[in-house]
Amino acid sequence: MRFGGRSKRRDPAIGNADRYPVAPGRIDAEGRFRTLSPPDGNEMPTDVERWKSETYGNEIREHLLEFAEQGWESIPEDERDAWFERFKWWGLYHQRSGQESYFMMRIGTPNGVLEPGQLRVVAEIADEYARGPAENPEFGAAYCDWTTRQSIQLHWIRLEDVPEIFETLEANGLSTQQACGDSWRNIVGCPIAGKDRHEFVDALPVAMDLHETFKGDDDHANLPRKWKVSVTGCREGCGQGDINDLAFEPAEKDGRRGFNVRVGGGLARNEPRFARDIDVFVEPDAVEAVAGGLSALFREYGDREDRYSARSKFLVDEWGAEKVRRVLQEEFVEFELEPAGEDLREEYTYNAGRTGGAAAADLPDGGHNDHVGVHEQADGNYYVGLNVLVGRMGVDDVHELADLADEYGSGEVRLTQRQNVLVTDVPEDRLDAFLAEPLLADYSPAPDPFMRGSIACTGTEFCSLSIVETKNRQVRYARWLKEHVDLPDDVDEFHVHLSGCTASCAQPQIADVSLRGMKTRKDGEPVEALDIGLGGGLGEDPRFAEWVGQRVPADEVPGAIATLIDRFRDRRADGEGFRAFIERLDAEGDLEELIEPAETSYEDPYMHNTKMTWYPYADDDGMDTSPAPARADGTPIPSED
Amino acid sequence: MAISLRTLDDGAWVSVADERRTGVSELWRVRGVCDCPLAEFVVEGITDVAVDGRTVAAGTYGRCIRCGCSTSTTPIPVGRIVDGCYEPIDRDAVRRPVETTRPSDRKR
Repeated sequence: MRFGGRSKRRDPAIGNADRYPVAPGRIDAEGRFRTLSPPDGNEMPTDVERWKSETYGNEIREHLLEFAEQGWESIPEDERDAWFERFKWWGLYHQRSGQESYFMMRIGTPNGVLEPGQLRVVAEIADEYARGPAENPEFGAAYCDWTTRQSIQLHWIRLEDVPEIFETLEANGLSTQQACGDSWRNIVGCPIAGKDRHEFVDALPVAMDLHETFKGDDDHANLPRKWKVSVTGCREGCGQGDINDLAFEPAEKDGRRGFNVRVGGGLARNEPRFARDIDVFVEPDAVEAVAGGLSALFREYGDREDRYSARSKFLVDEWGAEKVRRVLQEEFVEFELEPAGEDLREEYTYNAGRTGGAAAADLPDGGHNDHVGVHEQADGNYYVGLNVLVGRMGVDDVHELADLADEYGSGEVRLTQRQNVLVTDVPEDRLDAFLAEPLLADYSPAPDPFMRGSIACTGTEFCSLSIVETKNRQVRYARWLKEHVDLPDDVDEFHVHLSGCTASCAQPQIADVSLRGMKTRKDGEPVEALDIGLGGGLGEDPRFAEWVGQRVPADEVPGAIATLIDRFRDRRADGEGFRAFIERLDAEGDLEELIEPAETSYEDPYMHNTKMTWYPYADDDGMDTSPAPARADGTPIPSED
Repeated sequence: MAISLRTLDDGAWVSVADERRTGVSELWRVRGVCDCPLAEFVVEGITDVAVDGRTVAAGTYGRCIRCGCSTSTTPIPVGRIVDGCYEPIDRDAVRRPVETTRPSDRKR
């Protein structure tokens, strides 16, 4: 039986004569449960599609502002699911159970660019509005998250504060529009586009044009599912196009520079896909037409019946790249598409497994694995990539960073897909003074490999989908590994990505060590656990991690990584990098012997079921002690029960 | 009185009457989703909700932590409607899908 994702709402009361009144379900002649077709009068295949058909896109804003004006309690109880779904389009995501009435707010910063002055605005908003009823023990009462899509997330936002926040953001050229929801998400790319000394084509104007064109465009506001776009013109491959719905990657054809096009990448739902090459070359001034055509193709042919099969990767699975190209040509673009040009993929170094061991000797000029460190720009100034452990900065540090960007650079700051920040436009004669600033002791441009390589998603702290606590745990993992584990001398970068669930927001499948939330029993008690994967990464030949450890208790994961590194050191061929090592052992069938979970001196305070707390770090964390929902002043709203 | 019933937040919740009542990441004891006599099933996502009489059930995907089997399920009971109100099934209850895809179970 297929679960069709049909609308589940009907009007008759529970318990009436037909016995199956709430959802479209029935018992068949053999006594088995069957789902039914949509109820009469409702032609939308899912509730979400019905809500979107009624109100979606730009028009949500006036409702949102009206609810904000009147307060949380003004949202009719029987419309909350619908409005919370719609609010996502304007960047607001209702936090998880136990945190009702509080929202995560996502600010989309195209290509990760924060223009001079914008970081300070973000810091001020976080300082004033992103404070909840409890503190995070690692990061304090207010903080900013830099995400794997070069965006910004703030937590504990109250609906009543949204109008003031919007006003401040928009007065400073920032927006939450389409940061979440079924539409064009924040466009990602090489974070140093336009400043890169080695870039093949400047993709920043292209990314910004797409942002301007498709943010707020009603024709592309309501897609079957999220639509993630990457544009990069660099030689390193740091746009991560392979894991996006739509990727423009640098290419050359007949002496003309432009982009090849790939479609249908994504990591979520245990169904990872790399984007497929559709054999199209496009020059920069035609990107908008092709991108719009592919977005419209997805709008028209994507699956609105079943949200679990709605992402573009499933359409590409079904059609194949050739049909995607043919339909794009026949129905959605008015000029003849050119076959793909010569790409630069063999030069790719970003997260490509080429920085450790002998492979590092072959690194192209300027090739890098991430953007941490001091690098010269095309104009002779420098950008300094600062490592932000798990992508979270306390708000005082964000203020300080904004000050330093003003003092030493142009004031511009850029965000990377590895949750780090870049301070750009630093003159050479100011570098030493900048590098001596105290803030850089905590956000180092030359960090320990385990600190540098750590990425973590939001986790059970706020997220409804996550199975385990993530950010604070990965902080503790990185510190322990830094203290107790030594990589071989010639391996100075090592990626560990921790994602709380299969949504894969921390992109676990493309890390050296992939960690994904699970549960297990330990000493008879249910505890938080992680699956362990090895050897994932991007580059010319991207590769998803091989899952070799299942349901490892979270407190035994550092021990497992320690044994992994020991065995890597012992068994690697001379100069062999970690990814090559894993590929070789995978071919030999020895991967699972590489890890040996064990308790160590590492202590994990989050082994209990953090999802069943209202906030994992509260002194009194029981769900029944939650201060939510709350009014605008933080006063809990009493339950009517 | 009408009671809405749906999945929410892309499979994170079963919403009953616009209130998030049963979420993913819980550990359920379930018969008939794998070869274990009694699976300890981590719910990773809710794919659908349905009703069988007064019983509210959710199609899910997830994994048994006893045997490691990852699977999608037919609707598994999550609660009951009693006097117009939703009462979630006790977390430690033993559940059985309304219908399974295993041939042996179809003979029931």
